Parts: sequence; C-alpha cells; structure tokens
Amino acid sequence: MALLKIKFTQQRRVHLAQGLWLLSWMAVMWGGVIFCLGVYLKTELLRRAEVMDNTEIHVVPNILMMVGLASIGTNWVASRVCQDSLDPTRFPRWKVPLLAWFAQLLYLCPLSLYCQVGLRNGIRFYKDTDVPGRCFQKETIDRLQMEFRCCGNNNFKDWFEVQWVSNRYLDFTSKDVKDRIRSNVDNRYLLDGVPFSCCNPTSPRPCLRYHLTDNNAHFNYDYQSEELNLYSRGCRQALTDYYMELMNSTGPGVLSVILIQSLTMGLRYLQTAVETAMVLEDPEGDSEGYLLEKGVKETIEDLKINALTMLKFGQVDPNAAEGSSEVADAEKDEKDAPPSPAS
Amino acid sequence: MPFMPVKFNLQKRVKLAQGLWMIYWLSVIVGILLFSLGIFFKIELRKRSEMMDNNESHLVPNLLILVGLLACGVNAFGGKVCHDSLDPIKFAKWKPMLKPFLLLCCGFNALLLLTALLCFLMQFAVYLTLAEGLKNSIKFYKDTDTPGRCFMKRTLDLTQIEFRCCGNNNFRDWFEVQWISNRYLDMSNDLVKDRVLSNVEGKYLMDSVPFSCCNPGSPRPCIQHHLTNNSAHYDYDHRIEELNIWTRGCREALFSYFSSMMTSIGVLIIATIILESVDMAGLKYLTTALETMEDPENPECESDGWLLEKGVKETFGDLLAKLKTLGKTNQVVEGGDSVSIL
Repeated sequence: MALLKIKFTQQRRVHLAQGLWLLSWMAVMWGGVIFCLGVYLKTELLRRAEVMDNTEIHVVPNILMMVGLASIGTNWVASRVCQDSLDPTRFPRWKVPLLAWFAQLLYLCPLSLYCQVGLRNGIRFYKDTDVPGRCFQKETIDRLQMEFRCCGNNNFKDWFEVQWVSNRYLDFTSKDVKDRIRSNVDNRYLLDGVPFSCCNPTSPRPCLRYHLTDNNAHFNYDYQSEELNLYSRGCRQALTDYYMELMNSTGPGVLSVILIQSLTMGLRYLQTAVETAMVLEDPEGDSEGYLLEKGVKETIEDLKINALTMLKFGQVDPNAAEGSSEVADAEKDEKDAPPSPAS
Repeated sequence: MPFMPVKFNLQKRVKLAQGLWMIYWLSVIVGILLFSLGIFFKIELRKRSEMMDNNESHLVPNLLILVGLLACGVNAFGGKVCHDSLDPIKFAKWKPMLKPFLLLCCGFNALLLLTALLCFLMQFAVYLTLAEGLKNSIKFYKDTDTPGRCFMKRTLDLTQIEFRCCGNNNFRDWFEVQWISNRYLDMSNDLVKDRVLSNVEGKYLMDSVPFSCCNPGSPRPCIQHHLTNNSAHYDYDHRIEELNIWTRGCREALFSYFSSMMTSIGVLIIATIILESVDMAGLKYLTTALETMEDPENPECESDGWLLEKGVKETFGDLLAKLKTLGKTNQVVEGGDSVSIL
C-alpha cells in the first residue's frame, strides 16, 4: 500500500513540473535573499568589532550565508530536474542527485542563538587617547553611547569604577585630585561622574554629569529619583536588543523551510509519477505518484533490514570469506528482486 | 524649406518608434524619481521646521511633487502613442491629439525650467529662515515646561549632535542666552545672585555650553563649563583648544545640507528638461514621418520627417502674425459695429 497515492495524467504531470519549476526558482531567489542578509549582518558585526565581547556571534551570519548558498545550489538543481522530468531520455540521470536532495530535508534554522555581547574592555581604555591602537576607543564609545542611547556596560555606575580621565589632564598638585587617588588601592582617579555621551537629550534639565551621587551638589536634585538625566540602559542590553532584532528579522527563514518542504513533496510526486509512467512503457499515459512505495511501517522495516545487512558485511569472518561472499551474493540478489523502497 | 529634414524608410521609422518608446519609459522613471525627491525634501523640511521657526516655504517640494506626477502622466501618454504609431489604425486615434500634446510638452518644459530656477533661488530664503529660527531655538532651549516649546531642547540637542555644530554662528551664542531654566537655579545662592544681577535683563548667563556641543573626537573628556577661564581647568587654553567642542555654527551646517540637496535636485531637473526636449523632437520626427507617407497603404514607402515645417524665422513670423490677427479680430468687430451704427 503506497503512501498518499495520487493519479497523474500527462497533463497533470506537465502542470506539476511547471509549478515546481517556478517554485524552485522562487526558492533560489529566497536563498539569495538569505545570503545577502547574512552578508549584511556580518558587516554590521564587523563595524562594531571593537566593542563586541566575543567572536562566537559571527557563527550566525556565517550559517546564514552557507544556508543561502546551499539553498541556491540545491534549488537550482531542483529546477533543472523539473525541466528535464518530462523528457524520458534526460530524466534518469537525475536519479542519484535526487536521492541526495531528499536526504537534506532538515535545514538547521539558526534563529535562536543566544549571544553575549558587551563592551569589551571599552570602558577601561576610554582614557587612552594617546596609546597607539587605542586612541580611537574614546570616540568609538562616545558615538556608540549616543547612537544606541546607552551608558556603561550594565548601567552608568560602571563609569564610577574606572578612571576615564587621562592623567595628562589631572593636576596632581591639587588637593582634590590627590585625595581621590589615595582613596583606592590602585591609585586611580575615580569620580562619581560620567562622560557627556551618557547625557539624555530628552531630559528637561541641562545634563548633570559630575557629583552624581551627591544630592547637595546640585539644586533640586535627588540621585535616587532622577530618571531622565542620563541614559538608564546599559550598552550590553542595547547592543543585544539591536542584534536580536536584526537576527529575528531572519524569521522569514521559517517561510523558506515551508517552501523547501512543499518543493520536496512536489518533487517526490513528480519523480514517482514519471518513473511509473516509464515503467509502464507509456510516457504519455496515466500513472500514479506516491510519497512512499509501501506504508510508513513497512518502509522503516525495509530501511532497518538494509542497515543491518550493511553492518553484517563489515562483520564477515575472514576465515569464512568464500562462503560468506556466496551468502552475500545471494542476499544481494534477494535485495535487488523487490524494488528498493527508496527509489 | 523644412527645418532639419531627415529621410525615413520603414526600417528607420520602426527603429525610431522603438527607441522613442524606451526613452519615454525612462522619462517616466525620472518622473517617479522627481516625485519621490519632492516627498523626501518635504519630509526633511518638516523634520527641521522647529529650527526654521515653523514658517519655512514648502513651495519647492510641492512643485516637485506636481512636476513629478505630470512627468509620469505626459511621458506615459507619449510612450503609448509611440507604441501604437506603427499600426495605422491605432495611430489614427491619436493623430488629432498630437498637436495639443506637443504644446502641452512645451508648457511642461517651461514649468520644469521655472522649478529649476526656484531650486537655486529659494536657497536664500532657506538661509534667512534658518538664521531667524536658530536664534529663537537657542532662546527657547530652557523652556521645557512651556507648551509648544517643550521639545525644543531635545530637537536642538539632537540637531547639534547629528550635524556636529554648536550655536547659531558659533558656540559663543550660548553665552548670550540663559539656557538653564529658573526651576533648576538656586536663587538663594550668592554665585547665582551675582550672575543674575550682572546684566540688565536679569538673565543667568554663563560661559558654558550644553553637552550636545561636545566633540567625541576630542582626546580629552569634554569641557563644557567655564570655557573662557583658562585657570578653571588643568592644561587648558581656550584660544588654542580646537577639538573640545564643535566650532561650526548650526546655521552653516544646516544650510550646507539643504543647499546641497536643492542644488542636486536642480541639476536633476535640468537633465529632465534635456530628456523631455529629446522626447519632443523624437515624437515630432516620428509623427511627421508617418504623416508624409505618399502611400498610406504601403508601409514600405519612404517619407520625410522634420522638426518645423518651415524654417525657424518663418515659423516665428507665422506665430506673430497669428497673435496679431487674434488681437485684430477684436478691433474688427468694434469697427464693424461702428459702421453698422452709421
């Protein structure tokens, strides 16, 4: 009992082939779109390379690009199959590639890859505008904080823990500076202030960025309840949100999976219908197409037997080589007599 | 003597019709481009209207939108005429409309020329509105509690960050206005009282700028307060310091942005005028070639095409004579009346 049998006339076969050809070209274009999306994502990540915490995140655009290219290739093959399907002389050469095609039914959809991003050492090197290799760190962080509307790694207090003012601009004869430097073990000039790029333009009040924890330093200021003065979001959260959004827009990858599945089913029907027609010696007549020649259970049984016999070949005793080769030949003949379920 | 005559056989006529059809569809695309540029310009003006005191003139973008739509329509019609021109039955439908259509194209070209001129001339108007608008924006920076102006601070901050500019002419414009609201000033503090009393209008003036003037490219953390006081900061000389805050004024920055946009739109319109003229010339050649076929039943026959039936001077003479007779018909009627009365 074949699985999901459908009767096909020549007309229907032609229509099926044409429809599948169109569908496979659409899938090729879709593969191109996914590839371009991967390229775009990669360039975005490279642009922010200085402030990315790790390189694992590059897996996602790499996978997208591979999936895109693979999709283009396989669907181009599928379109060629459709074109050749109605010509009995050219169809048989596609048998083997089709088998391989059916094997890659499962695409890995890289939609939910959790990734850690953060300001890699960015805040620590903010002040090093005179160190070669790091002199643009300040500008990068400032522009990042202004563009993504964030401050610090997790929040603005991260700035209180690093010295972000270079020693070149500190007056070491001043008492205030000397006090601050002596107040911690590493002799760093720490202050409860943030750079100007943390300022929130929507605040009704001109930005306060020094003496943030001191309520008396500013008129009508309460450190605990002030919300709009600085950006409250950390840059790690801001960057993660941004890239998650970018990668979720590849959610249409789900659409591509549906497309591939329907294409696969259609191709299977076409292949079986054309082959049945050729077997019946009447390429123009009616034939039946099916998904599986026998039912699901029987097909699985057949596959198991095939797999076991293949394993048994490996286990053949070298002493009984001659005898076993005869047995192997007999088994091979047995196997060939009924039509194999996979073709 | 026709002006610029060209001999046409069937082959040439077909080629002309096909080429002209493609150029017409190219012109339709250019028309769509003009339309979208008009919309883009309008949106940009709206976005910055707070900087322009809300009285900027939308004449140029509106004209662009109109011209874009007209270009699409006129050129699509021309393309259809070309498409039908080699089929005598279909072409006979369009024949009577061709003369008015060519006159319409002439008028459209004149409108395009006017739009291009406006694109170049209205830049002065934009400059003046920007100067006035920015002055007021800086004045109203602190009024975040006044309805109608509460977003001025945010708009001006974002503009200064985006266009990398500070103040109207330069950063010293901020020294002349009070940009901190009285709500955040401790009026009981002596320093505050001194500053307020130091000028006639009782404004709290200081030599500081808002944070949005800061230049991220500066190697030093931004200095925004006590800018003219060298001793307030270590190793600081305000006459030499260049990278600390943006030195360019926002009027200049915004004006160069809008001016480059308007100049490129003007150049595109001039290119469109040239394209439209080519369209008109091609259509004139095609229609005259089709009309002068000696044997309409035989498509293989040769024909002549020209731009003007008589020479340029004679055509102008004819036009003037027509205009004069138009005027004279009125006069003749009056004379006739007077004669009849007599």
